[in-house]
Amino acid sequence: MPARREPERIVSSVENMPRSWRRETKPHKFCPGCGHPIILKALGEAIDELAILDRVVYGCDIGCSLLSWDFFNVDSIQTHHGRTTPVIVGLKRARPEAIGIAYMGDGGGYAIGAQHLVNAAARDDKITIILCNNTVYAMTGGQLAPTTLPDQATETTPHGRDINLTGPPTLGPEMLAAITGPGAYVARGTILNYPQLKKIIYRALVNQMEGRGLSFVEVLSSCPTNWGTNARETLDYVKNKMGKVFPVGEIKVPGQKEVQ
Amino acid sequence: MAALTKIALAGEGGQGVQAVGEILAEAAFRDGLEAIYIPNFGVEQRGGVSIAFVQIGREKIGAPKFKKADILVALSQRAVERTRSYLTPNTLFVYDSSAIEPPEIADRAIGVQNWDTVAPEAFADQVGSQPGKPIQPPPAAKIVGIPAAQVAKEELSPRVFNIIILGAIIAASQILPPEVVKRAMEEKFREKFADKPQLAELNYRAFARGQELFQKFTAKEGADG
Amino acid sequence: MAKIVEGEQRRFITGNEVVVWGALAAGGDLMYGYPITPQNEIMHYWTRLAPRFGKGFLQTEDELSAGFATLGGVMAGKKAFSGTSGPGNVLMQEPISMAEMMRIPAVWIIQQRGGPSTATVIYSQQETRLTCFGGNGEGLRIVYSTASHQDLFDYTIKALNTAWRYRFPTFVLGDGYQAKMREAVTLYNPEERGIEIVPSEPLVLQPGTPARDRPPAHHRNTFNIEEELLAVLEEQIEEYESLAPQIAEWEEAGAEDSQLILVAHGVVSRAAREARDALARQDFPVGYFRPITLRPFPAAALRRAAQKSRGLLVMESAHGQLVSLVKEALYGLKLPIYTLLRPGVGITTEEAQEKARALLTGKEEG
Repeated sequence: MPARREPERIVSSVENMPRSWRRETKPHKFCPGCGHPIILKALGEAIDELAILDRVVYGCDIGCSLLSWDFFNVDSIQTHHGRTTPVIVGLKRARPEAIGIAYMGDGGGYAIGAQHLVNAAARDDKITIILCNNTVYAMTGGQLAPTTLPDQATETTPHGRDINLTGPPTLGPEMLAAITGPGAYVARGTILNYPQLKKIIYRALVNQMEGRGLSFVEVLSSCPTNWGTNARETLDYVKNKMGKVFPVGEIKVPGQKEVQ
Repeated sequence: MAALTKIALAGEGGQGVQAVGEILAEAAFRDGLEAIYIPNFGVEQRGGVSIAFVQIGREKIGAPKFKKADILVALSQRAVERTRSYLTPNTLFVYDSSAIEPPEIADRAIGVQNWDTVAPEAFADQVGSQPGKPIQPPPAAKIVGIPAAQVAKEELSPRVFNIIILGAIIAASQILPPEVVKRAMEEKFREKFADKPQLAELNYRAFARGQELFQKFTAKEGADG
Repeated sequence: MAKIVEGEQRRFITGNEVVVWGALAAGGDLMYGYPITPQNEIMHYWTRLAPRFGKGFLQTEDELSAGFATLGGVMAGKKAFSGTSGPGNVLMQEPISMAEMMRIPAVWIIQQRGGPSTATVIYSQQETRLTCFGGNGEGLRIVYSTASHQDLFDYTIKALNTAWRYRFPTFVLGDGYQAKMREAVTLYNPEERGIEIVPSEPLVLQPGTPARDRPPAHHRNTFNIEEELLAVLEEQIEEYESLAPQIAEWEEAGAEDSQLILVAHGVVSRAAREARDALARQDFPVGYFRPITLRPFPAAALRRAAQKSRGLLVMESAHGQLVSLVKEALYGLKLPIYTLLRPGVGITTEEAQEKARALLTGKEEG
């Protein structure tokens, strides 16, 4: 009989939190199994490593991203739905030395906020936009989102998304890669690959610090609450269903031609 | 100088009434008077009657627009009809007495949001170039008819038609000293004609000519009367 | 503060140009805007003049982003402002609501045009209610209604000062006539006239590292339960109401023992005033009242004036938007309120006089 091994202890303590996280507002308010805390952890660690705590202004949208309004030890502004991008653009142009981060969901970026996203991209505004793609409007109860997958059931597509009626899911990074200038950084990460996600977010901040162009990161993320999935199903959905529709990786890196 | 003089100038869009209105108001300001100028703008501008409202006086001026004019200038038959209601028993009415058709702008658009205070250059060349019927002035106490379009076409250039009218207005009404008006014109045209001083000259000659035409008109009236 | 002119200068320019000189004189840093007639020339002049003073500008993709970018600029500590009209004003109510909730001291210049919808590009006073109360809140805003180019200059300076002093979104409410007309204005450097320029301050990125040297600034406009919201609003309302007497402004004449008081705001007040003066010269007992701030409305002053009179004639280029404000201020007073309502159309001195005279001589019941 094999010797019994102690299960590896995962020390889930405050000491493991990024220093840029605000302890007073933890535990956070996101649902169990939500992808937001993973993204925000990668962001927090990147802020720590770049030592830009006192230069960051963090904007968040309505929807579940709203729950991050007091998440960090950085100055933060919660805005109206879809308007995080223009607020951060307005602020960045007034204080160019600030690091402007606009954090939003798929609706805030690709629906109500789409035209601000597109125009910030066309102007190559020197800000970092991080978009959490969980294929639904979660906070409001799970309605159709621009990134809902074909045949996916949501509250407003109860029989499954019919792409003949509503179009196929939005490929945001691909669109932005096409319309931004050569200094833009555009990537798609996933909560399932934390080291890659961290690297992508880190690079998205550095790209802004070096003033090259727009930096945009979409992250494939989870919403078991609205998906109605257990842990295994949740991870499977992100990896095998979303992963097939939304390619993960760096899509545009400054200096390189757009990856076809 | 009356306490307040209200001047309405009306013409086809492109005849340049707004420029005349602006110059009058600017000149009054330079002369130390209270003045206000407001264009009408909006729906009818293109292919419609353009009206400039000017008020000049010694006291602060009230509402920017008015219903009755002390001086009414109408440079097309349509402008005459459109502004008939502005006449009072004492209004001085000035019009172009040439048998020359005012320029027509063919398209009618709604919601047009801009207008040319001076006719666009290509268009200005057509001002006062087509034969037509002379304007029928309305019944007014004092009528001054100046063949401005004809003189512009034959002696100067169709594009300074409106400045001839300006000269006649100044001579007929004596509301402002001509030198002050001339300086206001210089200011307005300085940038515009920075690299074409001969065009500025053309305008000054038109202004002088307009004043002369009024003198001639009065003399003729005196002779006929 | 850089001087905008040498000494004092008298100029003969359009209202939109005056606004820009006022914004520069007050230390305006940054304009975000979007084209809509009749305020476009504010952007045209700003983009030409502002660079001489090192000031910034961005034309954004719509009024929503212009307004929200303005909020971003203000939060960064700049005196940012925007301008709009008509349907643009309708869109602006979204960012304005955020400014109201969060006490963001942004400034807007509104040049009213015909409404509703696209209507005309020309003129009206139909955005009175919208500019005062257009958000989904209680209208805790400061609104100055200008009537002349001197007002546009003086009150654009005052708006930028007032916003940063009291921290409510602040408005200069003009109109298309004022925007496009030319009249004389005296430009001056405010400090040479003893007008203090209130400094701006950043609402984010204050000195120090957040959580180490100072608490992080966390700004939000969302609350969880009803009582939480009520507590916040009650505090804001109390502050607003206690400041109202310092902020409210008006002009009046001849209310004492008058038979009629002519009430108007903005450019229509010029016609009202001229009509009143003409009638007074003919020995009619007529008064005149012009609210300059529509928010906070000078209710107490109007009430005092109305109590000395036997009737009011409210005149506006809208259908009752000023009348509503007047009636609310005079609730309980028994005196007739007559109206001259011309939505989207200017009111001349002659019309004002005619209407007032008809009421005074009993030829009209109102």
